[in-house]
Amino acid sequence: MKASDSLLALALQFAGLSLVAFGGANAVIPEIHRQAVEVHHWMTNEDFAALFAIAQAAPGPNFLLSTLVGWKVAGLFGALTATAAMCAPSCLLTFWVAKLWDRYRETEWRAAVGGGLAPVTVGFVFATAFVLVRAADADWRLALMTAASAGAVFYTKLNPLWCLGAAALLGATGLFG
Amino acid sequence: MTRRPAPAALFAAFLSIALSGFGGVLPFARRMLVDRRGWMSADDFNETLSLCQSLPGPNIVNMSIVVGARAAGWRGSLAAVAGLVIAPMLIVIALGALYSRFGGVTVIRHALLGLAAAAAGLVVATAARMAEPLLKSRPIVAAPFIAAAFAAVAVAGWPLPYVLLALAPISVGAAWWRRQRQRRRA
Repeated sequence: MKASDSLLALALQFAGLSLVAFGGANAVIPEIHRQAVEVHHWMTNEDFAALFAIAQAAPGPNFLLSTLVGWKVAGLFGALTATAAMCAPSCLLTFWVAKLWDRYRETEWRAAVGGGLAPVTVGFVFATAFVLVRAADADWRLALMTAASAGAVFYTKLNPLWCLGAAALLGATGLFG
Repeated sequence: MTRRPAPAALFAAFLSIALSGFGGVLPFARRMLVDRRGWMSADDFNETLSLCQSLPGPNIVNMSIVVGARAAGWRGSLAAVAGLVIAPMLIVIALGALYSRFGGVTVIRHALLGLAAAAAGLVVATAARMAEPLLKSRPIVAAPFIAAAFAAVAVAGWPLPYVLLALAPISVGAAWWRRQRQRRRA
């Protein structure tokens, strides 16, 4: 594939996802995974899990996985293209809707749209979890690590960064290799 | 809104929000916009957040657009979103470059295995946290749509945009029906 072709594929993919990413970038990760690993064969499952982990460990909003996927596919231009494509369409939509929004405060349909989208979004985030668990957990030791971090973050107010740091250290000792 | 910040101030504020937030930027956004800068009241913040949550895209990115637009029009939006996006993007590109260079080194590869497993666990916890209030307040209308969206995307492997287009109208309809029924009872 030529470089310009992959840039175009990146731009189209993320621009489309931008407009369906209700609930944020985490909800569309199954689709990013499907395109990047299964359709375009841009990377392996292990690469995908590692890129997601890096995006999680970096500061900032959670669209950074798209930056990394773009970077992996086409270097710096790929990263810029994917980031811009992931942000611009939803930003333009928000800019435009924000003006209308103030006019329709407290209307019934607005509450229904919000209330109706929520469970679908939650289902997508569970799908994201499923895709990531399958990509990251090659054996039972890694699955145990996943369960421990999920439990720690769900049941305590622990800063997730501690989980990531501890897991990286445990990994570096060769525990999961 | 109590004060109208200039684009440069918006850029600086969102840059600082972006760099202080690991994993979740929203608490930092509230602290900065409401408590420290006083650009919006707590009610304004909640109201704006609910708008941002019902639109596609990361909440905090949408928030930067809305806050910027109300303060200084499109220039404000551009300044705020640039402040939020540029620095994290450069950092993550640098990390990606390190990964491609050293990802093959055994210690790094092993560390990343652990990191990826824990990161997957964080998303499991996020999904459970998001589901909890829905399942407690309205299990009958929420649970089928959570299950259907999950099964269609994770198990069947269908493209997410089509699943959304198919499920959203029914789910929004169900939410509408539930609200109307509650209203008649009240």
